[in-house]
Amino acid sequence: MPTLTMVESLNRALHEAMDTSNRVVVMGEDVARTGGVFRVTAGLLKRFGDERVIDTPLSESGIVGTAVGMSLYGMLPVVEIQFDGFIYPALEQILVHVARFGWRTNAEATANLVIRIPFGGGVRAPELHSDSPEGLLAHSPGLKVVCPATPSDARAMLLAAIAHPDPVVFMEPKRIYRAGRQEVAEEMPFDLHTANGATTTMLSTARVARDGEALVMFAYGSTVPLCIEAADRLEAQRGVNPRVVDLRSLYPLDVEAICTHGADCGRALVVHEAPRMAGIGAEVSSLIHERVMLDLEAPVGRVTGFDVPFPQFANEEDYLPSVDRITAGAIKVLEF
Amino acid sequence: VTELLRVLGDGRDLPDKPIPNGLGEKELLEIFRWLVILRTFDERALTLQRQGRVGTYPMFWGEEATQAGPLYACEETDWIFPSYRQCAVGILRGIPPATILGWVRGYGGPAGFYNPREYRVGPIIVPIATHLPHATGAAWAAKILGDRTSSLAWFGEGATSEGDFHEGLNFASVFKTSTVFFCTNNQWAISTPVSRQMGTRTVAEKAAAYGIPGIRVDGFDPLACYVATRDALERGRNGDGPTLIEAVTYRIKAHGTADDPSLYRDEAEVQKWIHLEPVGRLAEFLRRAAVLDDERDQAIRAEAKELIAEGVRGLESIEQPGPEVLFDHVYASGKPWTFDEQLAEIRSVARQESAEPPQPPQRTGEAEVPEERG
Repeated sequence: MPTLTMVESLNRALHEAMDTSNRVVVMGEDVARTGGVFRVTAGLLKRFGDERVIDTPLSESGIVGTAVGMSLYGMLPVVEIQFDGFIYPALEQILVHVARFGWRTNAEATANLVIRIPFGGGVRAPELHSDSPEGLLAHSPGLKVVCPATPSDARAMLLAAIAHPDPVVFMEPKRIYRAGRQEVAEEMPFDLHTANGATTTMLSTARVARDGEALVMFAYGSTVPLCIEAADRLEAQRGVNPRVVDLRSLYPLDVEAICTHGADCGRALVVHEAPRMAGIGAEVSSLIHERVMLDLEAPVGRVTGFDVPFPQFANEEDYLPSVDRITAGAIKVLEF
Repeated sequence: VTELLRVLGDGRDLPDKPIPNGLGEKELLEIFRWLVILRTFDERALTLQRQGRVGTYPMFWGEEATQAGPLYACEETDWIFPSYRQCAVGILRGIPPATILGWVRGYGGPAGFYNPREYRVGPIIVPIATHLPHATGAAWAAKILGDRTSSLAWFGEGATSEGDFHEGLNFASVFKTSTVFFCTNNQWAISTPVSRQMGTRTVAEKAAAYGIPGIRVDGFDPLACYVATRDALERGRNGDGPTLIEAVTYRIKAHGTADDPSLYRDEAEVQKWIHLEPVGRLAEFLRRAAVLDDERDQAIRAEAKELIAEGVRGLESIEQPGPEVLFDHVYASGKPWTFDEQLAEIRSVARQESAEPPQPPQRTGEAEVPEERG
């Protein structure tokens, strides 16, 4: 099996999907000739041509809006929003049309597209290049919102998102795009055309990222490796052994995994970069409190970004959940 | 500013122009039949609203030419994208009138939603201008797949103020999609006159910003609307890209059944335009051309009346769906676990209410409601 970074793995998935179906088109700003600002779409133009690998005008609403029309016609568009903070002009198309076409057509003509969004901070970028808008999207009925944390998941989940009959918002943690390499399977995980059941499972289940029992940390994207590091530190320094669960799916949340791990460990912490207010962490915390409160030894804790605009990059370490902050948050839950 | 394209005279000052090529007696009568179907639907839907049998309804009385004319120029395989003002145009593509009436009523059972792919009719779009990029995308997809399929989107002059107007036209222009952007400039967006929408004199001249043709037609003239669209589609199919058509018309009725135009416009203005309304105007033209007589006219109107009456009967035979309709068709892949729980929540409350009548609240010492003070 080849050993790939997340960027390489996503790139391979796009090649595989475009190879499998001529209905797959890749569109966005600078995705063709430069291969995307993060090079996720590198090489596609040469292989598949400029009709299917499309440099668009600088217009997020136009990109998503025309992709809706393409999807209606039977295409499978994979659109790239260049940076998280550029999603805002496209929100009307996403919330009003992408999310609602299924509802509006008796589920017979969903807006069957994938919206890829490189997101999150930690890359010392200008304003609006470090946001975490996944809460806005998970809050909008009709979408599925997912976020891989490993190269292997990135490929399988992107293929699943493309094959899935509903629109999928695909959050890509850009901070760990090239953070590490992992063996990535070579065989296609499912038939792109007839994969509903398999893709639904792939796109709605959490996974255990680190075994343990003293406390469970729920995270996704770039905070998963941070939680693993914090858990290793807690084990080394305090002799407690935390579990880390990678949520992977932000809508729908894997309620079974969340409650099972929450009850099993009796102590839980939720970690994300997005602001705390009405974030994914609030929902995870509520689910645990509502369903398995009697199994808990402590209230569920949260370590998140703050309720402020993402700061200028000189101060981004103050905003981002760090290993120190996650460790401190875990100790607070452990010592309750 | 381009000249206003017009075929029909008005029986007064405006002379008739020659009938466009390709329109024989059969075609002319078919366009008339389509106008009559739309008019019949519109009047019936308004009556149903006044009777409380359907919800808020956006009338299009007087704008039938802007719908039937362009649609008649389309191939069956072309995609059309209506806004709410063209909610009934899909009937001319075979969507049952009961389905459209179900949309206006707020429920139509599963049949209250149509499959756009079955009719090549986009869903009825309520937000303004956001379906223009959809029309561009559909024709763009056809181009990528090598199909000779075009698309057409309707929108009002108010929609030209929205960003998606620009984005739809710009993408279509850049990628040379075969798309007709058909603007029904009825001069009013609820209470906002066209002079508050744009600083340009016309909608058509905005086409220059996209390097595409901008055509102005008499929006009360179905044959002018037809010809302009037919020519635009031919250009599009030949690879010459999109066209912006401005149909100059007038909103004879209110914006919708909840609107009262007497608050913001002089009814005398309506009288300046109403004699141009397309159903009577085409009927008179066809009579002058010896294509229509009393017998045909009555047969067409009777047929339309029956079609819509059948729709009303169909509508009333549909029972209001239960709460499962909230959850049933949000996702094609099946319901997420939250839906089962949330539906059960609705059902559990309803069950308890029907099981025992509500009791007055029990007062306990501590929770006692304080007495009202004078």
